Amino acid sequence: MAKRTIVPIGPYHALQEEPEFFKLHVEGERVVHLDIEIGYNHRGIEKLSEAKDFEETIFLVERVCGICSTSHPLACVQAIEEAGEIEVPERALFIRSTIAELERIHSHLLWLGLAGHFLGFDTLWMWAWRYREDVLDILELITGNRNHYGMMKPGGVHRDISPDDIPAIRKMLDGLRGPLELFRGAVEDDPLLHARTQGIGILTRQQAIDYGALGPTARASGVDIDVRRDHPHAAYGLVDWDVITRENGDVFDKTVVRILEMFESIRIIKQCLDKLLTVTGPIDSNPPVVKPGEGIGHYEAPRGEVFHYIRSDGSNRPVRHKIRAPSFMNVPTNRETVLGATVADATIILAAVDPCYCCTERMAVAVDRQSGDPLWAGGDLIRMSREKTERLRKETGWEGPRLPLEGRGIR
Amino acid sequence: MKVTREGALDRLKAALGDRLIAVHEKSPKRVYVEVAAEDVAKTSRLMADDLGARFQIATGVDTPTAIEVMYHWAFDRLGCVVTIRARLDRKNPEVESIAPFCPAAEWIEREMWELLGIRFRNHPDLRHLLLSDDWPEGKYPLRRDYQA
Repeated sequence: MAKRTIVPIGPYHALQEEPEFFKLHVEGERVVHLDIEIGYNHRGIEKLSEAKDFEETIFLVERVCGICSTSHPLACVQAIEEAGEIEVPERALFIRSTIAELERIHSHLLWLGLAGHFLGFDTLWMWAWRYREDVLDILELITGNRNHYGMMKPGGVHRDISPDDIPAIRKMLDGLRGPLELFRGAVEDDPLLHARTQGIGILTRQQAIDYGALGPTARASGVDIDVRRDHPHAAYGLVDWDVITRENGDVFDKTVVRILEMFESIRIIKQCLDKLLTVTGPIDSNPPVVKPGEGIGHYEAPRGEVFHYIRSDGSNRPVRHKIRAPSFMNVPTNRETVLGATVADATIILAAVDPCYCCTERMAVAVDRQSGDPLWAGGDLIRMSREKTERLRKETGWEGPRLPLEGRGIR
Repeated sequence: MKVTREGALDRLKAALGDRLIAVHEKSPKRVYVEVAAEDVAKTSRLMADDLGARFQIATGVDTPTAIEVMYHWAFDRLGCVVTIRARLDRKNPEVESIAPFCPAAEWIEREMWELLGIRFRNHPDLRHLLLSDDWPEGKYPLRRDYQA
């Protein structure tokens, strides 16, 4: 009988920033069983929500996840609106979808970068995250924030999108098409990427259905569900777009689905922006109170359906607030996809469902206002930093520690 | 087989007969069906296997009179969510697990067991999910009477 060894991935993970514990049971190089332990990140948000009023609840669920920071609020306000029978003005619907689709693009780019990094394709990682910055810039222009946009509220949205900003947003969106084509080409044509992802980590259609898999994880296995189309909400029933599906269920198809979805997101945003030029009116119905009742709100987040259930007794806070994120359904599918794989493939298979983690890294570029040229490149910043250190040393007379850098190849 | 909303509700009514406690059609998109605790598994099997509904998630609620458990099922082709609701005895909340035929429910039943103290009979793997393994027995943080 082959000797069985457990290879632990987690709870503190070298790549993923959130703790999750995968115990890979291996015989030789092959994974024969997977045990998943979660709960290292449990913050009791459902219980906390019962102590918040409905407005505060939105800000609370915005912090369920740094990446889906508009998906949870959107599902939550829809649950509250259903429970309390609250109307939403049409203009707010287009703003909601605009923000939500921008979030999808930045989330998919984040995943694409991480997937590249997991595969050792660091060029893809750097490029994907570089263009993710442009999406965050658009979000910052509209909402004032790069993540945690603070836009959703029961009955509408907090901030309007000014018609004056729309040409600039459109220009920035057009600038994304080239890079997205680059990524599509990289994924479709790169033989190395094919070798690492095609036929790897297959989730069959039946397994996807049995596990209740969601989002790109399900759609790459031929399960044609998308809450945006199937249960229309926000502006998704009012614009023209397509649901992307693939049949093989491997890591490659999951990648392709996400890349093609970004093109659909741009289509949706552009139509929403057109509508925002013609659909006028309020952005908020200012509901006075939330009536007693119960409501379900769901929204197709970048990783799949986010589900919120709210029960109200007519007071200003929920009696019960159930939250289900898509990873709750998608992560268990790893028990099937990782079986029979090698340890080297296990990392990308486990990452292919896009388990959720938060990153708010940012970079700023200072440009000359007249010419538009960048003022400082990376080398200039290092030079300036060294000059400043030198100046401070001279001013204070401090010698500073002698770091044992010699002989380590660090210059 | 194409399922319609009325067709699905008729099947439910026919299968449960006079054991069906209540049907509340809140809107064209939302239906709440109340059944007895012992009919939860049977009804869920009908939803999953015969009607092809997608298990979304389950919610447990501690109320003054009962511990409620709700299984939410999506009919994606109809744009409709049907919730199967059962009220369990507060002193001894117990119900048959649906995880043996619906793997998607395995984690959420573990969660409801540890946070609300609902016992799921015949669950394949009923152990802690979110709370630590040394969490004191009989302490359920989502109960109203829970003291930290």
